[in-house]
Parts: sequence; structure tokens; C-alpha cells
Amino acid sequence: MAAKSNLTNMVLVLGLTCLFASALLGGAYALTKEPIQAAAVAKTQQAIAQVLPHFTDLSYDAEGKFYTATDGDAVVGYAFETMAVGFGGPLEMIVGVTPDGVIYNTAVLSHAETPGLGAKCTSDAKFMDQWRGFNPSVKKLSVTKDGGDVDAITASTITSRAYTQAVAVALEVFAQVQSGEGLQEPDFVPGGEIEVTNETDGGQDNE
Amino acid sequence: MSKFKLITDGLVKNNPTFVLLLGMCPTLATTTSAINGLSMGLATLFVLVLSNIAISAIAPVVPDKVHIPVYIVVIATFVTLLQLLMQAYTPAIYETLGLFIPLIVVNCIVLGRAEAFANKHGVGESALDGIGVGLGFTCSLTVLGLVREILGSGSAFGWNFIGGHDGMLAFVMAPGAFLCLGYLMVLFNKFLKKN
Repeated sequence: MAAKSNLTNMVLVLGLTCLFASALLGGAYALTKEPIQAAAVAKTQQAIAQVLPHFTDLSYDAEGKFYTATDGDAVVGYAFETMAVGFGGPLEMIVGVTPDGVIYNTAVLSHAETPGLGAKCTSDAKFMDQWRGFNPSVKKLSVTKDGGDVDAITASTITSRAYTQAVAVALEVFAQVQSGEGLQEPDFVPGGEIEVTNETDGGQDNE
Repeated sequence: MSKFKLITDGLVKNNPTFVLLLGMCPTLATTTSAINGLSMGLATLFVLVLSNIAISAIAPVVPDKVHIPVYIVVIATFVTLLQLLMQAYTPAIYETLGLFIPLIVVNCIVLGRAEAFANKHGVGESALDGIGVGLGFTCSLTVLGLVREILGSGSAFGWNFIGGHDGMLAFVMAPGAFLCLGYLMVLFNKFLKKN
């Protein structure tokens, strides 16, 4: 049966258990660190390829958090890392915009939306397809409930709004990039009022 | 007790969801679709088997007064291990379940089996008990997820059969979860538990 509960025994057993557990976890962390990073990088790469037309070269602007894609000498598009606060937490996205200001495609990098409802922003074909070739100078960039031209996901207006907002943020950065290049404004601060974090949420308890 | 009975007990007589009513939080929260239920069940199965084995092995040397903290450390270690492994090798599943994986630590099934079974039995029996209860949990969650997915989204295992239309959304949300769970429990007790 169980060992006697005196101080020495208790400290020894609990201490050893914790020591062993932390050693195991430390080892596992070291082993999985690289695959985890590789998975994250692969995901971003895949997302970029998905939101931009064919390109041969990609350069990253760390200040504005966007990628410029070029095919030969011509710029074929920009991919903006953007985020908004959704229903369950941050909604991190990547938005591809062609130089004429039309959205090429959008992709979600990470989200914490309700499975079966808001999480459909990564699977609902009707919702996702409307972003392909969305022209913000023709269509109004807000959900239909707010008088815009974006069809929200059923029962997930908040998620759809966040998605739309993230796209709007990307377009804002795009406008700044365009004007910065065209008008050569030296005091241009990319992503000035946008709060962009690279943290994925670790401790969202919602039970 | 025969080895076979240890496993079937977990599936029917001691079914964690429909009979013991343990682990209701993850049950209700993750079963929005059959796939989610299945993955959550398998994740719990993994932790349950490993923690049952580890706890039955160390139980004889653990002093009574600190046995709960020790068990929690063991369980939390396996859960974190699972989390790291999933993040590294199955990022897609981790994405959907990420939120609920850490909560396996506080799942009463895992600690419950440690308390009620693993610390009184040998390593082999505890492993089988873990498999049985884990499978019971997995099956229940998959069935519950499947029913909710069929009613709520009009699809089964991601395959949509009502083409573009919306299902009865309430079943994807919390109230539907309670309703489905209640009715499934009635059916389970009527047809399976008596035998």
C-alpha cells in the first residue's frame, strides 16, 4: 500500500515526480521545437502561395508586415499579415492584393472561433469565395447586416465582421504602400495604427 | 476479472459519458462535429492509458497525503507532451482542438480512473482499463458529435448531404449539446446498460 505520509517521504516523492516530469517535458520541448517552427513557417508559405498569383520572388517588409511578390521585374501582388479580434480571440490572416487594389485571395493563419460556427471562416466555400477578386472600389467592404457587400457566415456575424475588418486593415496598409511609393512620402509609417501581434494565443480558457 | 471484461466495462457498464457522467465540459464543448469528437476522444485515450500506467506503477511509493498533487503532475506532464507532439506533427488537428487539449488535465475521467482504479491495480490491468474507458469516451464523443453534426450542419464526418443549406444551428451550440446528450443517454440506458 501507499508509503507513510511523513515529511521526508512527501517532499521526496513530490520533488522527484516534478523533477522527472520537468526533465521529460524539457526534452520533449527541445525535440519538438524545430518541427513546430517548421510547421508554422510551412503554413505561412502555403498561405502566401494561396493568396497571390504566380510569383518567382518574395521579399518581406518586417516593418509593415507584408510580402511583396514579384515575377521577373514586375510586382504581381502584396500579401499582408493582418489580424482582428474575432469572437473567440485573435483572428490572424493573410490577405493578397494585386497592384491594382483588387483582393486576389484571403487565408486564415490562426483563429480561436467556435467550431461549427465562426470556425467556418476557414471552410465555408460561399464565404471564402466571395473574397476572390473582391474589388473594394466597387463593392462596400462590410457585412450585409451593416449595409455592405460581404455575405456573413450564417450565425457568425461577429467572426465575419472581424474577417472583414482584418481585410480592411490590410487594404489600409496597401493604400499606404501605394501612396508611399507613388508620392514618395518620407514620413510614411507602415501599419501605423494597426496593432499586429505575432503571438498565437496560448492560454484561452473558455470553460 | 478477465482482460476482455476490463475493456468492455469501460465501453458499456462504466461508460464515462453516458453512465458515469464524467468529463462533461469537453464532451459538450468539443462535439460540434464527429471528427472533433473523435479527435478529442483519442487525445483523452492517449493521456488516460499513459497516466493509468504511470500512476499504477508509482502508486505504492506515493504517500497518501500528497497523492493528488503527484497524480496531477503526472497527468499534466502527459497532456503537455501530447500538446507539443500534436503541435509539431499534426498541426491541423491541433488547430481545431488546441483550446481543449490543455483542459484534459482537469478532465475528471483521467483523475477519476487514477483514483478509482489505477492506484489499486497492477500496470497491465490499469493499461487495459485506460484503453476501455478511453474507447468508451471516444465512442460516446464520436456518436454525440455525429448526431449534432447531422442535425446542426447537415453533414457527417465533414461530408455534406444537404448541399449548401443550413442545418438546425441550435444543435451546434450549447443548448443542442445538452439536448442530444440527454436523449442519447436515455437511449443508451434503455438498450445497452441492462444487458
